[in-house]
Amino acid sequence: MSDTTMAGSSAIGELTYRRKFVNSGMTVLIYLAFAVALIPLIWLSYTVVTRGIDRFMVNSNGDHVFNLEFLQQSMRGVFGGAPEGGILHAIWGTIIITGVAGLISVPIGLLTAIYLVEYGKGWLKSVVTFFVDVMTGIPSIVAGLFAYALFAIIFGPGTKTAITGAVALSVLMIPVVVRSSEEMLRLVPNELREASFALGVPKYLTVIRVVVRTAFAGITTGVTLAIARVIGETAPLLIAVGVADSLNFNPFDGRMMTLPVYILSEWTKGEAVCNNPDVLCSPQIPEYRAWAAALVLILIVMALNLMARLISKYFSPKTGR
Amino acid sequence: MTITDKRETPEVPLTAHSSSLANSSFTWLSTFAASLILVLLAAVATFLIVEAWPALTDGGAILAEKVSWIKPDVGESLIQVMGYLVFGTILISAIALLIAAPLSIGIALFISHYAPRKLASGLGYLIDLLAAIPSVVYGLWGAIVLVPVLQPFYAWLGAHFGWIPLFAPDPLTGVVSPTGRVALSAGIVLAIMIIPIITAVTREVFLQTPKLHEEAALAMGATRWEMIRMAVFPFGRSGMIGATMLGLGRALGETMAVYMILSVGLSYSFNIVQSGEHNTIASYIAGQFPEANSYGVSALIAMGLALFLITLLVNSLARWIVSRRSEFSGAN
Repeated sequence: MSDTTMAGSSAIGELTYRRKFVNSGMTVLIYLAFAVALIPLIWLSYTVVTRGIDRFMVNSNGDHVFNLEFLQQSMRGVFGGAPEGGILHAIWGTIIITGVAGLISVPIGLLTAIYLVEYGKGWLKSVVTFFVDVMTGIPSIVAGLFAYALFAIIFGPGTKTAITGAVALSVLMIPVVVRSSEEMLRLVPNELREASFALGVPKYLTVIRVVVRTAFAGITTGVTLAIARVIGETAPLLIAVGVADSLNFNPFDGRMMTLPVYILSEWTKGEAVCNNPDVLCSPQIPEYRAWAAALVLILIVMALNLMARLISKYFSPKTGR
Repeated sequence: MTITDKRETPEVPLTAHSSSLANSSFTWLSTFAASLILVLLAAVATFLIVEAWPALTDGGAILAEKVSWIKPDVGESLIQVMGYLVFGTILISAIALLIAAPLSIGIALFISHYAPRKLASGLGYLIDLLAAIPSVVYGLWGAIVLVPVLQPFYAWLGAHFGWIPLFAPDPLTGVVSPTGRVALSAGIVLAIMIIPIITAVTREVFLQTPKLHEEAALAMGATRWEMIRMAVFPFGRSGMIGATMLGLGRALGETMAVYMILSVGLSYSFNIVQSGEHNTIASYIAGQFPEANSYGVSALIAMGLALFLITLLVNSLARWIVSRRSEFSGAN
C-alpha cells in the first residue's frame, strides 16, 4: 500500500510535487478526521465519569466517603436540594421495562428470522423483509406515540404503564433482533441441514436442534446488542410511561421511572433552591444526580456491549470459516 | 438465494414427516410471527391515524380553542406550526449531515485503508462506541458542557462572518445568542451521534473494494489518494450515499439531544447562531406531550405521523440506493 517509490514517470504521469502534496495533504486530513471523532468520545466519557462519580463520593450526611446510597434509594420524598435520593426505582424500572420488551421482541423476532431463512418464499417473504427494513427506520418518539395511542384506544386515554413503554421499545427492538438473527441463521452451513435431513429428522427439529443451536451464540450476541440499543431510549418512555418518584414493580399498573427518563427529569429540575441553612442542601444536586445516573447507564450499556462481544468470541461454533 | 434452492431437494423424502402436527405447527408459528410484523406495522399506522384523526379533520377553530399552542390568528395553525417544524427539522439535520458525512467518510477511509492492519478493527470499535452512548447523555453533555464552550466560537463567527446570513448577529443587540443554545449546537451534537452510523456502512463498502482494482491503480503509479479516487470511491459511491441517508433518517427522528440543547422558537430563519428560532418535530412533541390535553395529544400524534412519513421516505430511498448494488449491503 505504500506510495510508489519509483521516481519519474508512470502510466498515470509524472509524480509531480502537486500530486505528492495532494496525497500527503489528504493523508493528514484523514488522520485528522479520525482524531476529531475521538474528541467527543473522550471528552464525554471524561465528563460523565468525573461528574458522575460525585454522588458516589458524598453520602447523605455530607461526609466524603465512597458509598452506594445512590443505587439504594429512590426519589420518594426527596425534594429540592436534599442530599438523599437515588436511582433504585429507575434501575428497577429499566430492568422491568427492558425485560418485558425483550420477552415480547425475542420470540417474535427470532421466529420471524427463522421464517425468513428457513421457510419463507414468495411474496410474503419479500414483503416481510421490506417492512422489517421500514421498521428499522421508525423514529423512537413515533414508537412511543404508537404505544400511547394503542393503549389509549384499548384502555382509555392517558394510560401510562410500564407495559406501554415495553410495547414502544419492542417496536424498536424487533427489527434489530430479526436482522441480526437472520444474518446468524444464514451463516449456518447448509451441510448441517442436509445431514440432519438425511438422518430423517423432521424439518422443525432440524431448525430448532441444529440450525438455531449452531447459531445460538450469534443470536444471543444480537439480542444483547438490541437490548443495549433500546435501554438508552428516552423519548418513547417519556411519552408512554411518564415519570415516577418511587418504586413500582407492577408493569401493568402505574407509572415507572427508567434511567434515561430519570436523567432527563433531574436535568429539567435545574438548580434547587436552598433557603434553610440548618438543613443539608446543595443547589447543584439535581444536575449531579443526572450525571451519576448517566454514568450508571453508560456502564450498563458498555457492559452489555462487552458481553455481546465476549459471547460471540467464546461461544460461537467453529465452522471452519 | 442459492441456500433455499439447495434445500428444496432434501425436503422431498421428508413429506411423511412434514405432515406431523409438530412440524406443521412450527411452520405456522414462524409464518405467524412474520405476519405479526406486518400486523404490527399496520397497527402503528392505523392507531396513529385514528388518534390523529380529530386534529386532522376538526376545523382549525375548534383546535385553536382546545390546544394552547395552536394560534391561527398569529399564523400558527396546525399546518403552519408543522411547516416551521419541518423546516427546523430539515435545517438541523442538514447541518448535522454537512458535518458528519465528510468526517465519516474520512474515518471510514482511515479504518479501511490508512490505519495499521492490526489496529484497524480496534479503532473501528472505538467509533462504534459513539453509537452506544444513549442520546439523553449526549443531550446532557451537549447542554451543560459543550454549549458553553461553543458560544465564544459563535461570537467570533458572528463578529467576523456576520455578513453571511447564517451567522448574522441579532440586529437589535448586535451579538449572537449569549447562551449558545442554537441550531448549530444541536446540529453539531446530532453530527456526533450519526457519525458511527455513516462510518459503519461506508467502512464495510470500502473494505469490499476489489483488491485487484486497488493494486492495478497502484501499479499504474497512482499515489494512495489517487488510488482511492480511482478505485475505492467509484466502487463505493452508492454505499456512501445510502449511508449518509441512513444517517439523515436517524438525525430527523432524534429527539432528546435537540430537546435538551436547543432554545426553541418557530420561524423560517436561516440564522443558525441565534437562539429561539427553530425547533424540530420530535423535540416539539417531547416538549408539548406531557402537558397536552386529548386534543393536544391528537395534534401531536398528527405531527408524529408526518415525521414517520418523512423518515420512511428517506430510509426507503437509502435502502434502495444501498441495495441497488446488493453485493455491498452487509445483509447478505
